[in-house]
Amino acid sequence: MIEARGLVKNYRSTLAVNNLSFDVRPGTVTGFLGPNGAGKSTTMRMIMGLDRPDRGQVRIGGKGYGDLRWPLREVGALLEAKAFHPGRTARAHLTALAASNAIGRQRVEEVLAITGIEKAADRRAGKFSLGMSQRLGIAAALLGDPQVLLLDEPVNGLDPEGIRWIRNLLKNLAAQGRTVLVSSHLISEIAHTADALIVIGQGRLLAQTTVAQLSARSSSLEEAFFQLTDGVTDYSRSL
Amino acid sequence: MNTTTLSHRAASRTRGSYGFRAVAQMEWQKLRTVRSTWYIVAVFAAGMVGLAMLVLSHENYAQMSVADRASFDPTKDAFLGLVLGQLLLGVLGVLAITTEFSSGMIRATFAAAPGRPLVLAAKAAVLGAVTLAAGEISAFAAFFAGQAMLKAPAPHATLGQPGVLRAVLMAGAYPALIALISLGIGAIIRHTAGASCALVGVLFVLPLLFVPLSPSIQNTAQKFLPHVMAALSLTAVKPAAHMLSPGLTFGLLCAYAMVALAAGAWALARRDA
Repeated sequence: MIEARGLVKNYRSTLAVNNLSFDVRPGTVTGFLGPNGAGKSTTMRMIMGLDRPDRGQVRIGGKGYGDLRWPLREVGALLEAKAFHPGRTARAHLTALAASNAIGRQRVEEVLAITGIEKAADRRAGKFSLGMSQRLGIAAALLGDPQVLLLDEPVNGLDPEGIRWIRNLLKNLAAQGRTVLVSSHLISEIAHTADALIVIGQGRLLAQTTVAQLSARSSSLEEAFFQLTDGVTDYSRSL
Repeated sequence: MNTTTLSHRAASRTRGSYGFRAVAQMEWQKLRTVRSTWYIVAVFAAGMVGLAMLVLSHENYAQMSVADRASFDPTKDAFLGLVLGQLLLGVLGVLAITTEFSSGMIRATFAAAPGRPLVLAAKAAVLGAVTLAAGEISAFAAFFAGQAMLKAPAPHATLGQPGVLRAVLMAGAYPALIALISLGIGAIIRHTAGASCALVGVLFVLPLLFVPLSPSIQNTAQKFLPHVMAALSLTAVKPAAHMLSPGLTFGLLCAYAMVALAAGAWALARRDA
């Protein structure tokens, strides 16, 4: 369960997130939708305690991120594809992260297998393709077998087989009762995986709804999404 | 995702929390698993020993004046390599944090351990231990290799002579302290090039700024300039008259490191990652 209340974030003169409140519930995949620059990544960084909100707060299972006792065992996140040192091997990267939360080495081997990169585990991660990097990022998110997962545009760079793999992975994780928040700027992509939807534009909440409700509003899901986000697509403030 | 690991984790999740020990293990894994760490340490050790041998094999004691002979210090001269060595371990300290910012790794680190001052403390502990070990081993190796190159009739230094063991130990500790100061600078500046420039500025450019000033101002300034502190006090068997004692000089450098790390921790905690 993730609860955001009244989040506000400014970057210098730009209002990136504007009084944003929403809930992300366990047991279902929640799509986090919005045009480029809507504030999705900023919001995810605030959930993770990486960026500090100017106002408002986010709770994960009732706690702020900084109060989690074993953060990786409670929340797993993929925020950017290449959040690793390019000179370190995939296995070394995961082993280091695992050590910080007292996660055994056996689990490193498990997540390498789950994400299908065990054969590349001893290659330097800087040589990875975007798709492989995404898989390594997902492996890191799964390390602590967390109840809450946050993934920022996880299908970027994945081939069709990889996209199908991640859709199934996310659905399975949610079916196990976990809280799964996945951002995307493509409604068609998210509709394959998510049931619940949080739609934002220019940092504001446009709708907290479901795929079913949204598609009932218009002739097609994409049409409904365009009607919702009409007027809030502004490429000049893309972050 | 199998359910056995899930229930097993659910049990352990209720106990304890991440802390210094676990984060230090992560930092050790990180430092250990990038090649640049060991390249830098290898060049550092080779530079310390090689320059000691080069300098001491070229001492021309036989033709020195009486005054030069009186001030001849074969211990201090064995540590000329610190000019290079301080820069190398300093760059290692900078890289230990700036590469995390340049790659995005810092966000994975802070997601795993959101206590940012704790992360910097763990980094400092691991970096300090590695650079101190490298520094001391290289300092003793440089000392012995250097003395072996001295030609008669020059007097050799031995560890039993007053002040010599202290000078060798300080020669090993000094570059480790520079590494810690550099880690603090890196945490503030975040960019490899910028932090490295700041390091070069402190070590090499700052002393030049005092050159045009009067000797009394220069002498006062030298008490506080890192490389002069190492060359004329820490590693000198007979410290220069205008310098602080080796003990005080060492304490002052430790204070520099503490201030740099505290400022770095403050900057990490205050700014978005």
